[in-house]
Amino acid sequence: MKKNLTAWLCLLPAILFLGVFMVYPLIDVFVYSFEEGYNFASQSFWSVGFYNYSYVLHDPFFIQALKNTFIIVIITVPLSTGIALLISLELSSIKALRDLFQTIYFLPYVTNTLAVGLVFMILFKKTAYSDGLISILIQLFGGPSVDFIDGPYWAKMFVMCFYTIWIVMPFKILILTSALASVNPMYYKAAQVDNTPKWRIFYKITLPMISPMVFYLVITGFIGAFKAYSDEVALFGTDLNAAGMNTIVGYVYDMLYGNSGGYPSYASAAALILFAIVFTITTINLMVSRKTVYYQ
Amino acid sequence: MKTRTRNILIYMLLILWGIIVLFPFYWMILTSVKSYGSYNGEYVPKFFTLSPTFENYVTAFTAVPLAKYFFNTFIFTVVTTAIMMVVVVLSAFAFARLDFKGKDILFSLFLSLMMIPNELVIITNFVTITNLNLRNTFLGLILPSVTSVFYIYLLKENFEQIPENLYKAAKVDGTSDFRYLTKVMLPISRPTLITITILKVIECWNSYVWPRLITDDQNYFLVSNGIQEIRENGFGRENVPAMMAAVVVISVPLVVLFLVFRHKIMEGVARGGTKG
Repeated sequence: MKKNLTAWLCLLPAILFLGVFMVYPLIDVFVYSFEEGYNFASQSFWSVGFYNYSYVLHDPFFIQALKNTFIIVIITVPLSTGIALLISLELSSIKALRDLFQTIYFLPYVTNTLAVGLVFMILFKKTAYSDGLISILIQLFGGPSVDFIDGPYWAKMFVMCFYTIWIVMPFKILILTSALASVNPMYYKAAQVDNTPKWRIFYKITLPMISPMVFYLVITGFIGAFKAYSDEVALFGTDLNAAGMNTIVGYVYDMLYGNSGGYPSYASAAALILFAIVFTITTINLMVSRKTVYYQ
Repeated sequence: MKTRTRNILIYMLLILWGIIVLFPFYWMILTSVKSYGSYNGEYVPKFFTLSPTFENYVTAFTAVPLAKYFFNTFIFTVVTTAIMMVVVVLSAFAFARLDFKGKDILFSLFLSLMMIPNELVIITNFVTITNLNLRNTFLGLILPSVTSVFYIYLLKENFEQIPENLYKAAKVDGTSDFRYLTKVMLPISRPTLITITILKVIECWNSYVWPRLITDDQNYFLVSNGIQEIRENGFGRENVPAMMAAVVVISVPLVVLFLVFRHKIMEGVARGGTKG
């Protein structure tokens, strides 16, 4: 009995915090999303139903956010995973300077997204004084002058995806290099004895052996990219709707707070739609992995 | 011969990515030591400067309350991490060493909470903190982020590797649970504790979304919100060198932390950190 008491006392703070800031909000978000015409000041609502979902799904800002988010996901997830795989393979094939490269590649992980985003903005932005370094470089090779921050949609999307990849790369490289390091060297020795060509070794040994980790990165990559938000703020400022670069998470926060805020019901509905999308994609990913991933 | 060209190609690609990673850092340091006049005078920005100046750093600290942002972030990081460590250690200890009714069910419940994305719960937390009148307070900033199921899980696994015989021996000697925890388990688990601390410090230092929702008074801004404020209103908008000086100042603590604890951090992240 005394033992029971000690245990519960130890767990009390965690249960309390998780209860108030995780379990209760989780139930509450569903409640909010069905309360129609919820008023933040008086904390009252008219009725219960699906109006909030219908509002969100018909809001042009949400449609734009949905489109942006999907473009970011479709471009950055395969590209960053592919490049990370390439870099990790190269990293594991060298000895000299390997530690130095690994350290450098990891730097973006520990930097403040908002702060470094500002540097990217400076590099890409066109101002009264200068076209911006990247734009000048493009002109040097005969290209047009492009304002990547306030210019055409595809230019903004390019910077967006570039910055996202720059940010997510350290984690992927780290995971893949440690996965590659853990492949049993016996397999490679055996392949060498058999004189197996390099590409065959890659397809038949390396890839299957690291496939669980690649797959882990694809799943976390999808989830992370669907929740893109602070990178966008770093590049385009807090008014993402004006820049036409909002994301679903950005839409949720805009509904909650700021000039367009004060609508927790719409925010909840949008957040649940996002959750449904992420959940579906993750489930599909898991189903695909059962067929393709090699588990030892 | 063939392997040699291959090697050159590999190193070139690796160096290319190294440049892509390092260039923004170089650019921010370079711009931060250019004077306001010379920066705006360069239509084509120069890749070096012959007359570095530190006036931008002075501007960064005097024109905007950068020191205040820094101090706030420091307090926020230290207090959040400290409280979280206590909460996490106590729960991990209970799950790893103490027996009680419903332990397995409770632990599975905890684990299932790991799947809940922050975006779902942040809405109600915002309303809760607002209704408690905790906006623009440190308490409001700190409270929602002092528990982490993932770290409880990580530490529990670590605690369980300590032989149970040690615990039994301590019990025979009449050592209290608390004493056993602080004198035996914590010292043995030091590497994991350090990893968790570092990961949490990084997370706190870079947190942006929650502080943005919960503070609109500059006196409670953290560095991320501060930098956003600087970008939108500070320095008369166009003073890019001063902005970059602020960015350098904000980035330095974590980069130093990283260079000192390089292996610890990378190992910790590999064991289960994600970003965002």
